[in-house]
Amino acid sequence: MQKIGVFVCHCGTNIAATVDVLRVVEAAAKEPGVVHAQDYPYMCSEAGQALIASAIRDKGLTGIVVCSCSPRMHEATFRKCAERAGLNPYMVEIANIREHCSWIHKDMEEATQKAIILARAAIAKVHLNTPLAAGHSQVTKRALVIGGGIAGIQTALDIAEAGYPVDIVEKNPSIGGRMAQLDKTFPTLDCSACILTPKMVEAAAHPNIRIFTYSEVERVTGFVGDFTVDIRKHARSVDMDKCTGCGLCQEKCPSRKTPDEFNRALGTRSAIYTPFAQAIPNVPVIDREHCIKFKTGKCGLCQTVCAAGAIDYTQSDEIVSEKYGAIVVATGFDTIKLDRFGEYAYDQSKDVITSLELERIMNAAGPTGGHLERLSDGRMPREMVFIQCVGSRCSDGRGKSYCSKICCMYTAKHAMLIRDKYPDVNVTVFYIDVRTPGKNFDEFYRRAVEQYGVNYIKGQVGKVAPLPDGRLRVSGSDLIDGKAVEITADMVVLATAIEPDPSARRLASMLTASIDTNDFLTEAHPKLRPVESPTAGVYLSGVSQGPKDIPETVSQAGACAAKVIGLLAKDRLTTNPCTAHSDQLLCNGCSACANVCPYGAISYEQREVNDHGVRGERRIAVVNNALCQGCGACTVTCPSGAMDLQGFSNRQLIAEVDAICR
Amino acid sequence: MQELIERAKALLADGTVSRVLGWRATDTPFGPEPAFFESGEELNEFVYNCFCGANLSKYLIESSALEGKTLAFLKPCDTYSFNQLCKEHRIDRGKTYIIGVGCKGKITVERLHELGIKGILDVEDAGDTLTVKTLYGEKSCPYSDAMLERCHACKGKEHRVADEVIGESADTTDTDRFAKVTELEQMTSKERYAFFQAELSKCIRCNACRNVCPVCNCRKCVFDGNAFDSVQKANATEFEEKMFHIIRAFHVAGRCTDCGECSRVCPQGIPLHLLNRKLIKDMDAFYGEYQAGEDTSTVSPLTAYTEHDIEPEAGKGGNE
Repeated sequence: MQKIGVFVCHCGTNIAATVDVLRVVEAAAKEPGVVHAQDYPYMCSEAGQALIASAIRDKGLTGIVVCSCSPRMHEATFRKCAERAGLNPYMVEIANIREHCSWIHKDMEEATQKAIILARAAIAKVHLNTPLAAGHSQVTKRALVIGGGIAGIQTALDIAEAGYPVDIVEKNPSIGGRMAQLDKTFPTLDCSACILTPKMVEAAAHPNIRIFTYSEVERVTGFVGDFTVDIRKHARSVDMDKCTGCGLCQEKCPSRKTPDEFNRALGTRSAIYTPFAQAIPNVPVIDREHCIKFKTGKCGLCQTVCAAGAIDYTQSDEIVSEKYGAIVVATGFDTIKLDRFGEYAYDQSKDVITSLELERIMNAAGPTGGHLERLSDGRMPREMVFIQCVGSRCSDGRGKSYCSKICCMYTAKHAMLIRDKYPDVNVTVFYIDVRTPGKNFDEFYRRAVEQYGVNYIKGQVGKVAPLPDGRLRVSGSDLIDGKAVEITADMVVLATAIEPDPSARRLASMLTASIDTNDFLTEAHPKLRPVESPTAGVYLSGVSQGPKDIPETVSQAGACAAKVIGLLAKDRLTTNPCTAHSDQLLCNGCSACANVCPYGAISYEQREVNDHGVRGERRIAVVNNALCQGCGACTVTCPSGAMDLQGFSNRQLIAEVDAICR
Repeated sequence: MQELIERAKALLADGTVSRVLGWRATDTPFGPEPAFFESGEELNEFVYNCFCGANLSKYLIESSALEGKTLAFLKPCDTYSFNQLCKEHRIDRGKTYIIGVGCKGKITVERLHELGIKGILDVEDAGDTLTVKTLYGEKSCPYSDAMLERCHACKGKEHRVADEVIGESADTTDTDRFAKVTELEQMTSKERYAFFQAELSKCIRCNACRNVCPVCNCRKCVFDGNAFDSVQKANATEFEEKMFHIIRAFHVAGRCTDCGECSRVCPQGIPLHLLNRKLIKDMDAFYGEYQAGEDTSTVSPLTAYTEHDIEPEAGKGGNE
């Protein structure tokens, strides 16, 4: 029989205001096996933990139940406390009477009853707990960063600077990401390329960094400290060692009609190309879909002109398999498609553009050479309208419910830059709210309004209608004046919502990292563990976790790197002892468990089994405890109940359910 | 039938197989039972007729552990169970020799009773009709009227696996196999509960369904062990049969080939297959059509996670 201690936390008023803590103590004390029960205002505090420790020592407790907040919050705290007092840490159970009870109920009587029931369930479970011993696993001291934008570059640089090798995998032919497409950056208006490209160079030159461009993650196996990742290096058709980056091949390439992705398809590019002049590596790739040589077998001009002999049409995709201790997801974002927003006439007029397209138009290396002009006729616009929140904060289901966070600031930036460079262009911004809560952000926005005379109208645009003369009639409302507004504009710029890059979803399922309903990766704790995924060893950097601007991305990248460094600095990791094991007398050897195991932890062996005196060779499931993460999928799949999870055994769970139903 | 016996004798004689799994006559003409034969002499008792509904696949689990190969006679639908058991590594295919036998649907004496034919002395299969000799004279009925429920939802005349095939088979499907399930789905939950309570209350826990079910083959059934206190719990509820049958249905979900043996052997005539069919119908709807035992490699949708798996919300619904 266990000697169980029950400790009920008030959590200040978080619990005590809704749950009669003393009655929980009273009820718990009456449960079989309970020899000690008490309450305390803050059980997690030093004094609270001291109470637990002394009760364990004084009364010789063999198991404890702490009725407090979620185990995600303080299970580790109380386990450590028990361990210090000489009790096996796995003899600790948490009854979550805060998140599961006091926070979600109003009626004190009902909440108290529920808290008692939850305590009773945990007591029933701890009766069946057994001491468990954690094992250890090795750490591969190398990190993988998926995505080579500013988030990925910064994370990789910080990890590399700490002395650990890092690989960056980037699906495009060059690193740089979205930031490389931007013209100027808020709130300082320094040129994006001027601050990004040195970092790209630094990453490429860093002895601890390897960059795989034009590559994608194909498969991930393993677990924290010991991931094995297959990286598909797409065939570049250009030998990276031989190419000198002279660019002659791109000049001579006769296939020039491919929409240029880097310029948001506002221009065209050759079939052999580098996305932009400062690309890293400065080695082009052949887009086989559009290359005449690959399409028809005739051409080969690039090979003829390449003095270095770098063009290789026979290259094929290569799979590189590498081990990593930690994986960082920095897959970034794209703007949403606008096909559900017909009212803005994006598909009907070339002069309705997204803000990212405007970035390219404003950029000196962009399709118009940095000259502000209408894409339809090349004329300078006189009247420009910016529409904010296109698809952001959208409640009708066509767009995104969240705020894309960066649009207010870049729209102020665009408006200001245009007014500065072309003072005779009128600029109007339609907005729902202007959100500028960053350092020097509001000052920046006010400059746009006060100093540059940008006309901000609070209200939404209902329709953009192309007129016969090629101009655009923008019909909106001014909520402050309470009247309809109509503007005849030459250009309309849509602050289009951003969404996670489409690769994030597939990647998340490969990494078994959770994503939210918007496909942003979920953090382990929104406040306390913002750069870690709930999946151990997986870290989040940049917009893949949620919308953010460059300063915030860079800070988060650094935070993420710090977490990775913290992991890689460890020589070994403590493994979770709550792993599955198979009862050889019950196992049918049917493979159902191996089919559902997401970690590949189950294998089979032929083994001679002595089943109550009857010997025979049987096919038996064997769990590799180093690979098992204790998810329990096998235990519910096993038809005979041979698979069971230590610390969460079927008996323990059923005992809890029984206690609840009693 | 004689051809089967001759072939079995030959395979025994030349040492290809060490034993034969088939059906043996019993003292009633409508009750042949599964049996192993180890010599040509024993094979003289072998019988194969319209009453040989028993699915022999499950017996091959035990014989897989024996020396030498076992020759088994499997009807087309039995081969699905055989494949399923091979997939679950319960049968060693290398230890078997499968002869696919022809089948035009099997009949059951219970159906004859239900048709009002009592005092049966003998049944003669006259092709499309049955001639039944009874204490009260000779009666007859269409062959299909006496067929097992499962034969009305026949899986087809193809043997999914066989080393050789002897005899012709026919597809005897003449109903929608999910018709009754659809009917149950359209009931309110109270009506449905009442239906299953009425049916399952007849259960005497004889375990015939469990013992005959090819995929109910755990070395030790959870209802026989004390690992989960399931037995005690089942006994403690006012409706223990419900618990047993529902747990059983879930344990065979994704593995059940819909062979219908559970309903065939139930001495209380409970339509147990309906529980399994509901699960099969739902799986088909959620994951696309899947037939357990069609081959030995396809992973059941319930034990295969894919990126395109249906979201859990889709499972909600149904009548209150």
